[in-house]
Amino acid sequence: MLARVTTFAIDGLEPRRVTVEVDLRAGLPSFTIVGLADRAVREARERVRAAVLNSGFEFPLKRLTVNLAPAALRKAGPGFDLAIACGVLAAAGRLPAEALERIAVFGELSLGGEVRPVRGVLAIAEGTARAGLVGLVVPREHAPEAALVDGLQVLGAGGLGEVAALLSGEAAPAPVPPAAAPPAHELGATVDLADVRGHASVLGALTIAAAGGHNLLLSGPPGVGKTMLARRLPSILPPLGRAEALEVTRIHSVAGLMPRGLATDRPFRAPHHTISPSGLVGGGSSPLPGEVSLAHNGVLFLDELSEFPRPCLEALRQPLEDGRVAIVRGQRTAVYPTRFMLVAATNPCPCGHAPARRCRCTESDLARHRRRLSGPLLDRLDLVVHVQRPRAADLARAAVSTSAAERDRVLAARERQVARLRGTPASCNAQMDAALLRRAVDLAPGAEAPLRQAYERGELSARGRDRAVRVARTIADLDGADRVARRHVVTALGYRHEAAPGEEAAA
Amino acid sequence: MSTPAEASPRPDGRAGTGAGVASDHRACGPCLRRTWLLGRLAGRLEVARHEAPVQAGGRLRELLALPDARLLDALAGLDRTAIERERAALDVGALRAACDRAGLGVVCRHGPGYPARLRDLDDAPAVVHVRAVAPGRLSALAGGTLRDGPRAVAVVGTRRASADALEVARCLGRGLAAAGVTVVSGMALGVDSAAHAGALEAGGRTVAVLAGGADVPYPASKRALHRRVAELGCVVSELPPGLRPHRWAFPARNRLIAALAHMTVVVEAAERSGSLITAEFAADLGREVGAVPGPVMAWRSAGTNALLRDGATLVRDARDVLDAVLGVEDGRPAAQSPSAPRRPALEPRLQRLLDAVDGGRDTVGALARHPAEVAEIVAGLSELELLGALRRVAGGRYVRRAGP
Repeated sequence: MLARVTTFAIDGLEPRRVTVEVDLRAGLPSFTIVGLADRAVREARERVRAAVLNSGFEFPLKRLTVNLAPAALRKAGPGFDLAIACGVLAAAGRLPAEALERIAVFGELSLGGEVRPVRGVLAIAEGTARAGLVGLVVPREHAPEAALVDGLQVLGAGGLGEVAALLSGEAAPAPVPPAAAPPAHELGATVDLADVRGHASVLGALTIAAAGGHNLLLSGPPGVGKTMLARRLPSILPPLGRAEALEVTRIHSVAGLMPRGLATDRPFRAPHHTISPSGLVGGGSSPLPGEVSLAHNGVLFLDELSEFPRPCLEALRQPLEDGRVAIVRGQRTAVYPTRFMLVAATNPCPCGHAPARRCRCTESDLARHRRRLSGPLLDRLDLVVHVQRPRAADLARAAVSTSAAERDRVLAARERQVARLRGTPASCNAQMDAALLRRAVDLAPGAEAPLRQAYERGELSARGRDRAVRVARTIADLDGADRVARRHVVTALGYRHEAAPGEEAAA
Repeated sequence: MSTPAEASPRPDGRAGTGAGVASDHRACGPCLRRTWLLGRLAGRLEVARHEAPVQAGGRLRELLALPDARLLDALAGLDRTAIERERAALDVGALRAACDRAGLGVVCRHGPGYPARLRDLDDAPAVVHVRAVAPGRLSALAGGTLRDGPRAVAVVGTRRASADALEVARCLGRGLAAAGVTVVSGMALGVDSAAHAGALEAGGRTVAVLAGGADVPYPASKRALHRRVAELGCVVSELPPGLRPHRWAFPARNRLIAALAHMTVVVEAAERSGSLITAEFAADLGREVGAVPGPVMAWRSAGTNALLRDGATLVRDARDVLDAVLGVEDGRPAAQSPSAPRRPALEPRLQRLLDAVDGGRDTVGALARHPAEVAEIVAGLSELELLGALRRVAGGRYVRRAGP
């Protein structure tokens, strides 16, 4: 007797349809799984056998062969357990075969027969709908996530017995609970610029960065609040659109972060500097998204930038440049989106106290520190902001602004950008390439002069000039101006990297 | 001035035949041998100078003043015969060829081209190696005696300099070189390099005196500066080519800096800075000593403030130095302190900003009270930077840009 069950494998972020074929025939009792399965899938044998028995069914004492088709696709992970168990029950006549015809099944089994959470449910639900199937059985925890896909009947199940009862029509499916609002303890829900005392200069720069989607470097001594300020950046970014939210949820689900329904906040990822390159950009023998993809549509915060190993910083180039990263492994290529705002923080010098008189770093210490920071990455940081210790008087005073107020300014500036950049691949100023920059940015007479002056003095590279123009465009957008005026350009120049002191002629 | 150590004239060394960039081979055999000996004994000098520690440079200067035979007595020890054999077997032509290969010209104290002002030293170097693209550069920049030769001023200071000190050193270098005065320094990190860089900006009247071979950029990170100084000015050393600097060679180098210059200006020095040794040598030679004042509480400026207390000339800018070296002249514009506004027609908002920076609120963070005014402040500071009134330094601080 042959039974077929549909399930899906995750390839990068893409669901790939997999048919579980279960063949049961007379012979010495055996249980074989074929079809390019990895270790976790082959171990499904033991889980399925125990789960079937512990759910009160008999395990057929016959020759049992399971094929995962297409056989050329590599399958990994425990998500095939439930489909295999359903196939076994159907082949043994304990489930009606027609009940499995128009649905997909996805979940891991415990030995006791409970259905356990798995990764990537949203992507699989989308695949199910795209394949023209009408229903999807998933672990109960994931029912709200799967229900984000319109027109799909989602059956959330807690155990194998419950799945069998649902499919044989002995029980009615429970309604899917609406996606629970994320608990208030989540970051982003509670942090607000209203908690910040002083730091007016940094808030101004954060608003510019948020308005244009610019990458930002915060430089300042330890303990002045660089991390605290960076964490509040998502609170002034535009709210996630539904398409963006689905992207975020899909990635987080594939990475195993177990989202509770649709993402509502922009992600804020702050990996520690001991992270490996594959942890940062994604990787592994069966690739998983890295921090750059988890920060997609949100903020990637790298504290102590100079402490990150060089290979990690080098690996950031493609994601920053292309907005996506391709992880190539022998048999497969996984592509993950990586459109994030980079916020980096660093000490101004090795001892952390420059420019205060307490700094006792030598010129060569400073040069070494600068060298570690320099290079291709620094070239992609549009704004450099120096964070100083707030004055005692400011700590006692009220906050200088709130997230709501700054976000309103950001939204207005973004609207202008969207209108201007309609029909181009860019959606904010930071994404304009050099050619688009020349076409889309209108410099008022006299606005060119400071750029030329800085360029001729050797304080600005050609790339730095483009960067300054991009930032100037954003400052003009915040200002509500159609053309970039001299004062916008001059302000943008104030945020560039400083030249090394006393070194220009020698360099 | 004291009598030169070995003033008896000797026949000039064979005229050089090398085709190096600036190889005016005017050094005589005995002087080249003496230099070889210094290089050969460099390691032992390091030990010997500490055997009887006197005041800075004391024992070292005694050793350097010894004739060859006594120097060997003092330092060679058991290896004396071996070293003397090596010395006897020396081929002077090979020594000249080595200088050629290193791209160095050589002048000795018995030949023309030797800066006569070095003879003021009891321990005047036997030869000076010169790295320059054109021969005769050293004579043009700091040759002859103090009375008839070109004017030169040493600008020295700490390696761990504050941003302000770097700015002052650079401005002194620029101002002095622009006025036709040669800037002498040691190419060390910090003040020295900034002084050279300033002089290069103004055309390149500058001499770098190194503590190793003149062909070896030291510190290595100043390779580009070494190249530029050799192109526009010259790099000199008393030690044979290729030699890495020993510790004793730094105070020894400082005596040459002091002797080459009419005046030694210390820009910033803590209490035990090496640049104070240079100032001491200059004072011993009867040369003028100047110092740039610093805040009385700043440890970085303790050394320079002490020099001022002891009677050094107070230096605020290049004009103060020119007054001391050339004498006060009519026709030169009146001295202006660096903090006086140079552009009276500054917009009021920029002037207010500049005043705030002078008042110590020298970062955007210290100036801004509300995010909405940040853009205007950043724009104002940036504008002042473009106007040349301010310079941005590490840590987002703005300092006054000194001088012209």
